[in-house]
Amino acid sequence: MSFGSLDLNTTWFILIGVLFTGYAMLDGFDLGVGALHLFTREDEERRTLLNAIGPVWDGNEVWLVTGGGALFAAFPNVYATVFSGFYLAFVLLLVALIFRAVAIEFRSKKPMRWWRQMWDAGFAAGSLLSSFLIGVAMGNIAWGVPIDARGEFAGTFWTLLKPYPIMLGITTVALFMMHGAIYLLLKTDGPLHVKLRGWINNTIIFFIICYAVTTMATLLYVPHMATRVRTNPWLFSIVLLNMLAIANIPREIHRGRDWRAFLSSCTAMIALMGLFGLEMYPNLVLSDPVANSLNIHNAASSPKTLGIMLTIALIGMPIVLAYTVSIYWIFRGKVKLDKMSY
Amino acid sequence: MNVLTLSRIQFTLTIAFHYIYPPLSIGLGVMLVLMEALWLATDKPIYHQMARFWTKVFALTFAIGVATGIVMEFEFGTNWATYSRYVGDVFGSALAAEGIFAFFLETGFLAVLLFGWDRVGRKVHFLSTCMVCLGAHFSAVWIIAANSWMQTPAGFHILGEGLTARAEITDFWAMVFSPSFTDRLFHTLCGAWQAGAFLVVSVSAWYLLKNRHREFARASLRLGLAVALAASLLQLVSGHSSARGVAKNQPVKLAAFEGLYNTSSNAPLSLFGWVDEKNEKVIGPRVPGLLSYLAYDSTGAPVAGLRQAAPAPQDRPPVNLTFQFFHLMVAIGFAMIVISALGFLFFWRGSLFEKRWLLWLLVLSVLGPQIANQAGWFAAELGRQPWIVQGLLRTSEGLSAVVKANTVLTSILLFSVLYVLLFAVFAYLLNDKIQHGPDDADLLPSGKLALPERNKP
Repeated sequence: MSFGSLDLNTTWFILIGVLFTGYAMLDGFDLGVGALHLFTREDEERRTLLNAIGPVWDGNEVWLVTGGGALFAAFPNVYATVFSGFYLAFVLLLVALIFRAVAIEFRSKKPMRWWRQMWDAGFAAGSLLSSFLIGVAMGNIAWGVPIDARGEFAGTFWTLLKPYPIMLGITTVALFMMHGAIYLLLKTDGPLHVKLRGWINNTIIFFIICYAVTTMATLLYVPHMATRVRTNPWLFSIVLLNMLAIANIPREIHRGRDWRAFLSSCTAMIALMGLFGLEMYPNLVLSDPVANSLNIHNAASSPKTLGIMLTIALIGMPIVLAYTVSIYWIFRGKVKLDKMSY
Repeated sequence: MNVLTLSRIQFTLTIAFHYIYPPLSIGLGVMLVLMEALWLATDKPIYHQMARFWTKVFALTFAIGVATGIVMEFEFGTNWATYSRYVGDVFGSALAAEGIFAFFLETGFLAVLLFGWDRVGRKVHFLSTCMVCLGAHFSAVWIIAANSWMQTPAGFHILGEGLTARAEITDFWAMVFSPSFTDRLFHTLCGAWQAGAFLVVSVSAWYLLKNRHREFARASLRLGLAVALAASLLQLVSGHSSARGVAKNQPVKLAAFEGLYNTSSNAPLSLFGWVDEKNEKVIGPRVPGLLSYLAYDSTGAPVAGLRQAAPAPQDRPPVNLTFQFFHLMVAIGFAMIVISALGFLFFWRGSLFEKRWLLWLLVLSVLGPQIANQAGWFAAELGRQPWIVQGLLRTSEGLSAVVKANTVLTSILLFSVLYVLLFAVFAYLLNDKIQHGPDDADLLPSGKLALPERNKP
């Protein structure tokens, strides 16, 4: 199966991009809410924040799990090289995700102050660390990591901690915090809503500073991540779209149209991931000796498998989208705490 | 210790811990579907109360199951990178299908199951519970398909050789329905249903012993015992069928299960015992001919022994360990039939509530399926050694090339500390929920559930 001139390998490059973008847009706000969690001290308010993401965070995390599974199936060499090469970073990511998950689940099960503070700290730390590590991983595959002729990672844990990936990690935290804050505006009312409206400018400013620094660093130090847009000026329209979407966020917030602000934030994420994908293509992981980079051909499964997987995705994803939308619809509106709440 | 040993320890640790939870989710999922179905059918509020209480227990097990499950998906890449390159084409597809068809379904509808009580009507809630249960079963389908392919590879060919060799799918359905798949899926699911049913039985029996929540405990126990008995009897059928499959497809594994060294007709079945690996013999009581009979319907049929099926010792699994885990599983399997049958019999006669010894036995019965499920997987995976993919790739060849022993040791320590903590918190909260018991307010459904479906205007 193929779409016109799109071959299967390119199709899967795009689909995996779609899965990770879906993850960023959905679990991004969960992680952002976690990062903001400790800024409020009231137990009632913290519970409201938790319950804003309560029914959906679990399903949102599945986008990452499915993205990982799809990467395993479509580009096993990338999966193997990156996961074994970034070993400690991924173990830390796992620990962070586990802490986030169980903290949400356990926090409200007991009323003691120490109990709740412990899980609050776990929830915030897990969310922050997850966002940061995801950004660092992306920064590394863009910057380029040492890969040997066998296609194996040839660095250490410390190789991953260069300034540029770290900057991308911080930017990811900032992006998710802004996204989470906007999501919370949609889900809260009363004094907490007013309080959040006060925070939102800070999160936007934090993100825009990080974004500007990362963009400059990319242009100066990682010029290969701007080549395609430079040689195809019409692609600058995506950069423009991204800028307009970001600029639109404070505008919509100011006018009290929070939904549009949320959609703008999503659009900005799609544009950012789109640019990232465009500049990476056809590579999935850039290598320091460029010749050893893992790309959609040397890292891919057989065309037969890619075809089977495409069939699975074409059957599965519409169904998933249909009931995901229905479930978000059931839980629309402001959070109301009841006895089943966290 | 070298990277291989450490990586195997880490995988064993993380998978064994993870596997406490998915069977509970699958089994409790079935129980929840039944409870809500009974509520829809009879309108009796006791079933609503039951569904509400067991949903809370379900949520607890589900959360840890998901959190520890992601570790498994990552570990194939982090610790077993060469294996991942080798099988990605085959194994990865099953894993991705699990994500798309099972995890989204489970976690999506879980939101409605847990938080939707007052937001949707009875039928929509029931539908959501069914979808969560179905998702949990789908998840078993795909992961067992992937694991069964490692036991009995089919529908693939090998491309390249040496370091660059890898398996590629030639026939997707032959890959999914590899020779051992249906037996192993059924066997695993029966074990999961037992895990869920015996948990319900255990907690209900405890309430009866303590003379608390009698109505609730009685109703839960009746349903729990019925499912426990049915699942335990089905488990006997599936276990038998599974073992015959092993005899046909993995003769070395069957020989290790029974410590059979010489190919022989009239092969004996050990009841229990100890394998003396040095002198290659089994010490313990045996029934002559029974193994031949069970495997091939005739006492005269020859059953392959280790000396013939795997002449080189390095091609054999650790025989005694495999033997012990297998026999432990079988012994518990029979015990579960006896316990659930006794419970059912006396419940039916109405004298169960005076028999405190039996109630105590039922309280302890929750451990049975848990131990048997673990032992069964240990037997299945140890029995496949030294292969990671039967006959194709050795476990020692599947390791990540770039990961050092110290790094793995670090992650083992991290996971150990984390999992001990998690288990402590899980046990504490589970106990808390059990002590708290069902909520009497749940006898009066609120919100959209308040009106029975058929009386709605």
